[in-house]
Amino acid sequence: MSKKRRFNTSLGDQFLRLVTFLMAFSVLVLMAWMGWQMFDAARPSIHTFGFSFITSRVWDPVKEQFGALPFIYGTLMTSLLALLLAAPIGLGVAIFLNEMAESKFRAVIGFLVEMLAAIPSVVYGLWGIFVLAPWLRETVEPGLAKWLGFIPLFQGTPVGFGMLAGGLILAMMILPTIAAISREVMASVPNMQREAALALGATKWEMIKVAVLPYAKTGIMGGIMLGLGRALGETMAVTMVIGNRPDILPSLFAPAYSMAAVIANEFTEATYDLYLSALVEIGFILFGITLVLNFLARLLVWSVARGPKGGNLV
Amino acid sequence: MGQTLSVRKLEAWYGPNKTLKGINMEIEANHVTAIIGPSGCGKSTFVRCINRMHETLPGTKVIGEIILDGESIYDQDPVALRKTVGMVFQKPNPFPSMSIFENVVAGVRLNGQRNKQNLQAIAERSLRMAALWDEVKDRLNYSGISLSGGQQQRLCIARALAVEPEILLMDEPASALDPIATTHIEELIRQLRDNYTILIVTHNMQQAARIADSTAFFLNGELVEHGATSEIFTNPKDKRTEDYITGRFG
Repeated sequence: MSKKRRFNTSLGDQFLRLVTFLMAFSVLVLMAWMGWQMFDAARPSIHTFGFSFITSRVWDPVKEQFGALPFIYGTLMTSLLALLLAAPIGLGVAIFLNEMAESKFRAVIGFLVEMLAAIPSVVYGLWGIFVLAPWLRETVEPGLAKWLGFIPLFQGTPVGFGMLAGGLILAMMILPTIAAISREVMASVPNMQREAALALGATKWEMIKVAVLPYAKTGIMGGIMLGLGRALGETMAVTMVIGNRPDILPSLFAPAYSMAAVIANEFTEATYDLYLSALVEIGFILFGITLVLNFLARLLVWSVARGPKGGNLV
Repeated sequence: MGQTLSVRKLEAWYGPNKTLKGINMEIEANHVTAIIGPSGCGKSTFVRCINRMHETLPGTKVIGEIILDGESIYDQDPVALRKTVGMVFQKPNPFPSMSIFENVVAGVRLNGQRNKQNLQAIAERSLRMAALWDEVKDRLNYSGISLSGGQQQRLCIARALAVEPEILLMDEPASALDPIATTHIEELIRQLRDNYTILIVTHNMQQAARIADSTAFFLNGELVEHGATSEIFTNPKDKRTEDYITGRFG
């Protein structure tokens, strides 16, 4: 009887299973296909430059010399800068909204923070050009140079358009993602956990530290990783403020370039095959970096979630 | 040693609902006092007022006095008060990201104790008091949530005891546990009486009869009757108490 019942699923369910399977599978196929296509198109560049493509700092289309290191550096540095700024602030926003704010403020501020994510990136870029960059050039960068100028990161001419502007604009763009996801996971922490800490004589901050953050850490890290993903791929706003100079300079004030920006700026000017192929290879590398970083992030989340023996948070 | 509590004209609200309507009650030191009554009678609210946990929820309000050691608890810092008045909740709530050891010493660490040896001594003493030591001594670094429900509840009792409170509040501590685990917890409460003032909320009248020195019967936010447990169960003075313990309502 039970055996018969097992095979007696309705035709509709079998059809649903097949259709949803195909939909899920198509995502994998699409990704593999994109990866392959990019690799295929990048082949001339890979053949010509080999490994030196990612170690060379020279990007000179006139002399047919292509090295992607300045772009890789620019992408990673702006994303790192954005994470360093946005992760603590996003977490702070989430803590305030969940644990501190009155419920009437909670909804309003929460909504406004999430609205930040809905602003198109070109608008962020325009704001960056007309407000952020001049402000950095005239106020922030001279100030940083004055007080922290002994660190190479804060030396050099204040330009406004550069690594710092790119990192800041990215930080603003990923902040709502990190804040919204952290808020969501913190709201899912059972109230019993908070009461357990309070009953032991915890202050509000101690309660957050002992009961809320450890419980929510997996989800918070997931939110940060999602923010990182957005930062790595963001093109428009960064292109508009980063200065677009393929160089690796120690100062954050100096103009830089990112992988997404160089592709967007130069693919229309790529007048010969090798040039185009080099740009595609940058896209392929960006694709790879995103995959690898996401994979590492998964590992990190997984190892953090394990916690002490015999307990598993996920 | 335990402390005496005097509750005077205590009134509490939860939103628009008045859940306690003027409670006057003396709670003796080194006694187990059971609070019984039907659901919604205010018994949980009552114990949650004693460590000022009630007021941490939005929309709540309390007036009246609770005198502990000659001083009103409403003149004290709630954070400091909760170190004197420990609490065990209805459902075991160990911290899932912490090991058994870390759970036990969580409160002590909040008080600033950092010395590893001291922490170990405190953990062992508290786990022994909670009758859990023999079961977990070889796996103190395992997660607190790897234990069974009954063990988790004793872990929570150990965590509360580690802070060395004088009063222990227990809000239906055995209601989520099976009969064997319940027996363990009841034995434990009997042993703890010598050193603590214990207030236990229970909806199980047999449990109150088994472990409590005195019993208070709450109904609709009022204290109907409070006296020696044997008196309450064999010779109640109020008709409503009699109706409740004989199972006529609730």
